Amino acid sequence: MNGHSYTPSVVPKLLRPVVMLGNHALYLLFDLGRMGVYLFSALAGIFRRPFRYRELVKQLHFIGTGSAAVIFFTALSSGMVLGLQGYYSLHKFGAEGMLGSAVSLTLIMELGPILTALMVTGRAGSAMCAEIGIMRISEQIDALECMAVDPFRYLVSPKFLATLISVPLLTVMFDVVGIFGGYLAGVKLMGVNSGAFFNGMQQSVTNHDITLGIIKSFVFALLLVWICSGRGYFVQSIRGAGFGAESVSRVTTQAVVVSSISILIFDYLLTAILL
Amino acid sequence: MTGTAEGTNSFETVIRFEDVTKSFPGPEGRHVVLDRVNFGVPRGKITVIAGGSGQGKSVTLKLVLGLMRPDSGRILVDGQDVTRLRGDGLRRLRTRFGVLFQGAALFDSLTVFENVALPLQERLRLSRAEIQDRVMTTLDQLELRGHENKFPAQLSGGMKKRVGLARALQLDPEIVLFDEPTTGLDPVMTSEIYDLFVRTQDRIGYTAVIVSHDIPKIFELADQIVLLNKGELDVFDDPREIRNSSKPFIREFAEKTMAGCPQNKEGAGKQ
Repeated sequence: MNGHSYTPSVVPKLLRPVVMLGNHALYLLFDLGRMGVYLFSALAGIFRRPFRYRELVKQLHFIGTGSAAVIFFTALSSGMVLGLQGYYSLHKFGAEGMLGSAVSLTLIMELGPILTALMVTGRAGSAMCAEIGIMRISEQIDALECMAVDPFRYLVSPKFLATLISVPLLTVMFDVVGIFGGYLAGVKLMGVNSGAFFNGMQQSVTNHDITLGIIKSFVFALLLVWICSGRGYFVQSIRGAGFGAESVSRVTTQAVVVSSISILIFDYLLTAILL
Repeated sequence: MTGTAEGTNSFETVIRFEDVTKSFPGPEGRHVVLDRVNFGVPRGKITVIAGGSGQGKSVTLKLVLGLMRPDSGRILVDGQDVTRLRGDGLRRLRTRFGVLFQGAALFDSLTVFENVALPLQERLRLSRAEIQDRVMTTLDQLELRGHENKFPAQLSGGMKKRVGLARALQLDPEIVLFDEPTTGLDPVMTSEIYDLFVRTQDRIGYTAVIVSHDIPKIFELADQIVLLNKGELDVFDDPREIRNSSKPFIREFAEKTMAGCPQNKEGAGKQ
């Protein structure tokens, strides 16, 4: 089975929507199956030798260091907005002292993991998908296979490992910078007591909250690297993607959209399960 | 329509297609590119696969490498059925092959040196100095010295093909598959690539399978010619046999493509 389907001309017109629905369901199952095998192969590739240290460092630099600036500014602005909004809301109840608690919990449990994953998806996930997709359509992945080189160990697994290391670290950075942004807006601009800000934070944030944020960032990292690199890997056989450069552009867009939606859905599920 | 094998009886075959069928989905049902075809590739010889566009020439190469699976039939490489191999078994089989892809398929983020060194780094346990030595020797032979630090995007079409050939031959493969090796090259570069085939084949003694549109020139190199048309396959030992074929399609093919082709094999003669 592949990305194409057809409706036999012998099927009566009335039944064709049913045939199409069946075709789509079968394709969806097939796609999920191969993406499952892809995930397993990519994770197994991390443990195969020889290990590609230089490629891992290169990917860590691209995904991690390269995303640091965008994460810094997103975190700073999000933290400052949270600080201002939080101040105006809490001020109505005379509870400005709770600002540190509100800002830090929102950032550590929700905004940090979510926004970091979405930013890395947009910046590095799209690049990963396009790179692997171009390698696929220009037969570079076929060339690797013909040289008896495992494309997962050589190409995909270093990206998986680098993303799984980078995203949680970037999330921690997001949390710290975001809290600093909230401190700037709440304490330095709006005059909230500095001691109350940090004391509120210390009283309300537990190890469980931090662990939840880190677990979320690992899951989001896995989702984004799996979907983005996997869509690129199968670019030639994705239904409706077209051919050549157009297929890479369509599949890259699709990968970013599907990754982002999956991250949001899993955020709700993880919160519901782990909170 | 069933393809038939002729002409390979006197040689030991290294690759054998047995009743192989391959089709692809199309707007009007399945499009059959190979219909129960049978043929063998003689060991140590040059087999040329020719035919119009979309007739399954490149598909034939991908089937041999296990990059595609046939709908039915067997593809044997020294008796080992490629269609049944998976994972490490398939990887082991591929170590016997070298492949020159249509667009050379060079890794565009690696330099010429790194591209040619890749099979050595990944497959052999050699020191850095040994790899350097072997790669530079190959680049010398293919007149690529001085270009080792360039990236594929900085090379001409002919140079890319030569780098691809250098990479394909780096591990002295037993069987080399060439997918349209001269497409898009000027006549001078085409002749240079053919010279390279003959020189490297003389040196290594590999079995070559060449998919090409470059008719009649490519027939000068061939020990065996395989013609593909609408799922059907015919095998010839000599370009002259193509002209004398009883099938109208093949006679038409010969008239359209073989003007200037030597009248017999002796006249063709390898370079």
